[in-house]
Amino acid sequence: MSTGSDTDVMVDIRDVHKSFGPLHVLKGVDLTVRTGEVTVVLGPSGSGKSTLLRTVNHLEKVDRGLISVDGDLIGYRRSGDRLRELPEREVLRQRTRIGFVFQDFHLFPHLTVLENITEAPVSALKRPRREAVDTARRLLERVGLADRAGAFPRQLSGGQQQRVAIARALALEPRLLLFDEPTSALDPELVGEVLDVIGDLARQGTTMIVVTHETGFAREVADTVVFMDDGRIVEQGPPGDVLDRPRHERTRAFLSRVL
Amino acid sequence: MTSDTLAKSAAVPQSPDRTDLPRIVPHRHPGQWTAAAAVLVLLALALNSVLRNDAFQWGVVADWFTSDSVLRGLWLTLWLTAVVMALGFALGTLLAAFRLSANPVLRAVSWGYVWLFRSIPILVQLLLWFNIGALYPQVLGVRTVDLLGPVTVAVIGLTLHEAAYAAEVVRGGILSVDRGQVEAAQALGLGRWRRWRRIVLPQAMRTIVPPAGNMLIGTLKGTSIVSVIAVQDLLYSVQLVHHRTYQVVPMLMVATLWYTAVTSLLGIGQYYVEKHYARGTERTR
Repeated sequence: MSTGSDTDVMVDIRDVHKSFGPLHVLKGVDLTVRTGEVTVVLGPSGSGKSTLLRTVNHLEKVDRGLISVDGDLIGYRRSGDRLRELPEREVLRQRTRIGFVFQDFHLFPHLTVLENITEAPVSALKRPRREAVDTARRLLERVGLADRAGAFPRQLSGGQQQRVAIARALALEPRLLLFDEPTSALDPELVGEVLDVIGDLARQGTTMIVVTHETGFAREVADTVVFMDDGRIVEQGPPGDVLDRPRHERTRAFLSRVL
Repeated sequence: MTSDTLAKSAAVPQSPDRTDLPRIVPHRHPGQWTAAAAVLVLLALALNSVLRNDAFQWGVVADWFTSDSVLRGLWLTLWLTAVVMALGFALGTLLAAFRLSANPVLRAVSWGYVWLFRSIPILVQLLLWFNIGALYPQVLGVRTVDLLGPVTVAVIGLTLHEAAYAAEVVRGGILSVDRGQVEAAQALGLGRWRRWRRIVLPQAMRTIVPPAGNMLIGTLKGTSIVSVIAVQDLLYSVQLVHHRTYQVVPMLMVATLWYTAVTSLLGIGQYYVEKHYARGTERTR
């Protein structure tokens, strides 16, 4: 199964293990995400789904296994039978091709909405400022916030902040978008506006992995639903299968609690 | 009138037709008025005693306030403060970075430095540096006494002392910045220096500025300690005069007024610096 050379594969995760001290969080995860597909990861708290997502752009180092995105080994280079960790500069370069959206937005509070979005294109990709500003304004329009370019994050609602965070991730024109529980910090009435934006991106063919508790969103948008529990992938498949006809007892137990 | 203020404070327009409801009357505070009056009377008495007491010799104060020797002393105090603050915070920032690094040796060195230099009184430190020639008579073939004049000793002693405190202030500022900010910057591919300069430091400054302002004012006045090693700062300059003329109190008033004036200016400056770093926050106090 030499999926690494397959041009159709965007993300290839193989036998990934990760421990935090004595806590074994990921216990051998294998996952393939095809280009243009949306993968939604479900699972109870502490199942390792956020940690898995964070290993994909090397915010967490893995203890074993390997991850490649669009053919690039993430965080390491192979030399013989070893994986040597890349210097930070290389890792940062890889990250500019992978967008990451955090649960708590993590917008920069001292920068305006526009500055939040242009910061990375200008300083990490060395884009001319004028070009970055044009792109940022286009992206703000796309997430429905064209009129808030000059606002500071604290002047926006949670849903608006998360949409800015999505625009900020898109500004790097990533090949892959990672969402870490993008609606979990939002008031219930604001969840819809953020899911709408993510759904639009999905329909336009953006490759993404979304960790979430929103099973409705999974049913509507996902190509593949992955259910994780206790550091392992318990089952995966099309949303109709995993959500409606789960084969595993643990999946059934989880779905009966959240649905 | 009452309905006006009520409407403003409640932000809900009072509909004129609801006159059947009882009117709201704020609670009165007669105690506050009495206390304020008592304090004002005491202040007036104190001010009167200062201005009408001839022993202050305000005429002498006026004569010396802008004399050359006093202004030279003031100038030394000002630049010594500026140099000590700049060098102290530069070294302190380095120490804070050491303390927060992943390298246990750097962490230990930083901790040890802060422990040592906060433990030794600044007066003792200055006297030790002043007598360093007794420990190391020669450095690279030059007599230590020639190398380290009183002013150099003052700069070194005060800077090393300042850096220990600055390190803690800067460290506190960096720790006050949410860890997620760095993570977001890393996820966006921002380099180490850019993360520090553009993301962490501006946010840390909000926590750093108030105690740093405290330190600046403390250092301005604290430099007066260098008079013990005969450096001619503001205090030493007025002492030189009153040793000659015996007009001790008026000369100390000259120093007091200058220290107060400069401190006030620094306080105003701090207000604007804080305002600058409050960007993006509604709460500025």
